[in-house]
Amino acid sequence: MSAGLAESPTALADRGELALGLPESYLAAGHTLGSWLTSTDHKRIAILYAISITVFFFLGGAAATMVRLELFTPKADVVGADTYNKLFTLHGVIMVWFFLIPSIPTTLGNFLLPLMIGARDMAFPKLNLASWYLNILGGLLTASAMLAGGIDTGWTFYVPYATVFSNSAVSLGVLGVFVSGFSTIATGVNVIATTHTLRAPGMTWFRLPLFVWALYTTSLIFVLATPVLAVTLLLVVAERAFDLPIFDPARGGDPILFQHLFWFYSHPAVYIMILPAMGVISEVITCFARRRVFGYTFMVYALLAIAVIGFFTWGHHMFTSGMSPFAALVFSFLSFIVAVPSAIKVFNWTATLYRGQIGFESPMLYALGFVGLFTVGGLTGLFLASVPIDVHVQDTYFVVAHFHYIMVGASVSAYFAGLHFWWPKVTGRMYPETWAKFAAILMFFGFNLTFFPQFIAGYLGMPRRYHVYPPEFQIWNVLSSSGAAVLAVAYLMPLGYLTWSVLFGERARNDPWNASGLEWRTTSPPPRENFLGKPEVLAEPYNYHPEGAPPVKDQPRIPAQGSLT
Amino acid sequence: MLAWLMPEQASVQAPRVDAIFLALTAISGAIVLLVVGLVVAFSIRFRRGSKANRDALPSLVAREFEIGWTAATLFVFVFIFWWAASAEIRAYVAPKDAIEVHVVAKQWMWKTQSSNGAREINELHVPVGAPVRLILTSQDVIHSFYVPAFRLKRDALPGQQTETWFKATKTGTFHLLCTEYCGTDHARMLGRIVVMEPEDYARWLSAQPEGDDLAHAGERLFAERGCAGCHAPGSGVHAPGLAGLWGREIPLAGGRTATVDGAYVRDSILQPKRDVAAGYEPIMPSYDGLLSDGEIQELTAYIRALGAGPRASRTPGRPPLSSRVPGAARDRSPAMVPGAPVDDGPAPAGAATRP
Repeated sequence: MSAGLAESPTALADRGELALGLPESYLAAGHTLGSWLTSTDHKRIAILYAISITVFFFLGGAAATMVRLELFTPKADVVGADTYNKLFTLHGVIMVWFFLIPSIPTTLGNFLLPLMIGARDMAFPKLNLASWYLNILGGLLTASAMLAGGIDTGWTFYVPYATVFSNSAVSLGVLGVFVSGFSTIATGVNVIATTHTLRAPGMTWFRLPLFVWALYTTSLIFVLATPVLAVTLLLVVAERAFDLPIFDPARGGDPILFQHLFWFYSHPAVYIMILPAMGVISEVITCFARRRVFGYTFMVYALLAIAVIGFFTWGHHMFTSGMSPFAALVFSFLSFIVAVPSAIKVFNWTATLYRGQIGFESPMLYALGFVGLFTVGGLTGLFLASVPIDVHVQDTYFVVAHFHYIMVGASVSAYFAGLHFWWPKVTGRMYPETWAKFAAILMFFGFNLTFFPQFIAGYLGMPRRYHVYPPEFQIWNVLSSSGAAVLAVAYLMPLGYLTWSVLFGERARNDPWNASGLEWRTTSPPPRENFLGKPEVLAEPYNYHPEGAPPVKDQPRIPAQGSLT
Repeated sequence: MLAWLMPEQASVQAPRVDAIFLALTAISGAIVLLVVGLVVAFSIRFRRGSKANRDALPSLVAREFEIGWTAATLFVFVFIFWWAASAEIRAYVAPKDAIEVHVVAKQWMWKTQSSNGAREINELHVPVGAPVRLILTSQDVIHSFYVPAFRLKRDALPGQQTETWFKATKTGTFHLLCTEYCGTDHARMLGRIVVMEPEDYARWLSAQPEGDDLAHAGERLFAERGCAGCHAPGSGVHAPGLAGLWGREIPLAGGRTATVDGAYVRDSILQPKRDVAAGYEPIMPSYDGLLSDGEIQELTAYIRALGAGPRASRTPGRPPLSSRVPGAARDRSPAMVPGAPVDDGPAPAGAATRP
């Protein structure tokens, strides 16, 4: 390695470390566009994914901004009915399939899984790259549906509206989601194979970090549920484009069948969004509480239980569609049961704080916010699992508020927690901590201001997908839209200061947080081969203090002291 | 304060739903306070460098805590499930004397027709204190009939019938909203439910233009569309008679049985070859496309009336429908005879329904 490379922003983080003759970082392994677009390095693919989901996040966010702007008053004054319908559909489709589902698994997961288990890459590096291209292809198809006039069906594509009645570009959009499903399946297969085959010596199943367990259980859902979505969407296209009678009741079809198939995928898909978030939070809370995680085995089994039971609760989306009351009760019961492992996780995170040495750096602020928002989101799920309450609030803003607490409040907070936590490892740079703390706090309050009033509006009876609404609901919508403005600022801030930090941020040490995971036992940013030697795991995960001994005061090293493992 | 945060309670079901809702809110509030309280307390007490005691916990305590709060959560959740479920089961079946209202949804309006003949668009007048049974269907896409003040919602599905019921407890005008996204004017598919004192309702009803009730309209259709040619008693065609059929379990060709209800009648009209009654040839043509949803509802009401006892909602002064069915009384099922007790239990399979 030449000394000249050290001047380049993408060379090794610490000039002092260069003397050791370390290999160049993965960022320095090629600076051309081609070196990125053809790379099979899981770390570079993670960056590609991060860029594409960021674009989709702000696209979906722009649609949400228009929706909230329109809802500021009860009348239609910003956009007309059809435009509004296309905006909320765009928001839902983009956010669900092109941001939330790929978000943590393909960015943080892709980057960290091999590092955390001591592997050099994923099990199928080319499949990994192919999955990104499939995701982009799907995204382009769906985006072209937007250019072709948009889709007005809602992200759920309910039939017969989507197949027989809608005059919008449904087939194109549905095909985009169909294609992106293969990207998801590819990622799932890759994660499962990697976890099974590439663990370093000593990395037993019960020494895996909880983030790896979370990715693993998520991937099980990827692989088992996504094919059902693919089948369902193909049937929609077959009916719509080729006029085959499938769901159309006028020709003997059953629209309820579509709902069963759709939710058989889409309910587990909610767990696809939340399980990786739980994994991130387990890593962050242990690190900033300087404690071993409370009840590691229970945490693992809770993840598995959620993934398995989550497959059997889909019917609670259909309590009002004329389902038999006994079926409704079975689905109601299972929906209550799936909440138990989630509750265990919340209690265990809380207990992990007990007798810790708690620091409040920005990843921890996001993580603590996650615990609160996830608790509210999870408990309001119990309301929706209770049949009589669900009958009242189904398809109202209560439901909208509930799933935003889980998907945005919890999952996106966790994504930002993880993004800040591993940012030094990924980029080799530190971000401005004060800005990050401010953004974390702003996001928490902006989020609650946006979505808490929606619980009230929903219980009062405001239906979702209304661009005009009875005037008595205006007060709650004004609160919500004001919160959305705060939230928009809070989401734009990281885009600014993180971009700044890539160019001008201070060099990060290898292990700035004094964290325990294997991913910190290499340089920041890591070399192409991830580790300098052959890692071997000798200790339990979260080894922040010896068993039976209290944790000690332990400042994170930003950026004063460096450490080289 | 609470009244401002909760919708008006105007049905029997509303206070029940609100009771569960408030209890769940209290439990959830307690859990949120517990979790947030502990997080905040631990964050302060065990902040980095504080003097708090940090000795290790005995591992036995950890396991007991873990099992303890798992069991406690499970118990609380199952208790809430049981409570909500029992309220749901109680509310499921409509009382027998309910006023029957047929609702047909279409983009973007609600058509309601009461069994006493009142037809309305985007409105439904009902008397206070009387149970009302809704039978919903849709002519195009899925809609959902939502009355927040009644805590009532049921999807209206194309090609199928769904049912629900309510009993209003308060007079006034209440929102009727569509809550299943149905296209451009979904947000404008609004209506109102007008709950009136019984005497006002009677006055309102008598001011309505004279319209046939559903069963009488169905009776007319039965003759006009040629159903009577085969199904009327005395017809030369070997076809099942319809009197007394409603609610019975009948044998089908191939050894299965079916209960004669709205769905079965509908299927028999639209896809007659699917479930043929035992002992008959599959000779009936399909009426798919020849009858509207509303007409099928009217025919269904007629067949129901043929098999039901006297109904409270019958127009006073008119002879009971069953007495005007062709054929002698002895040829019909006992349930058809005016004044005979109504037997709603399943009749023995294979009872002769032919004249």
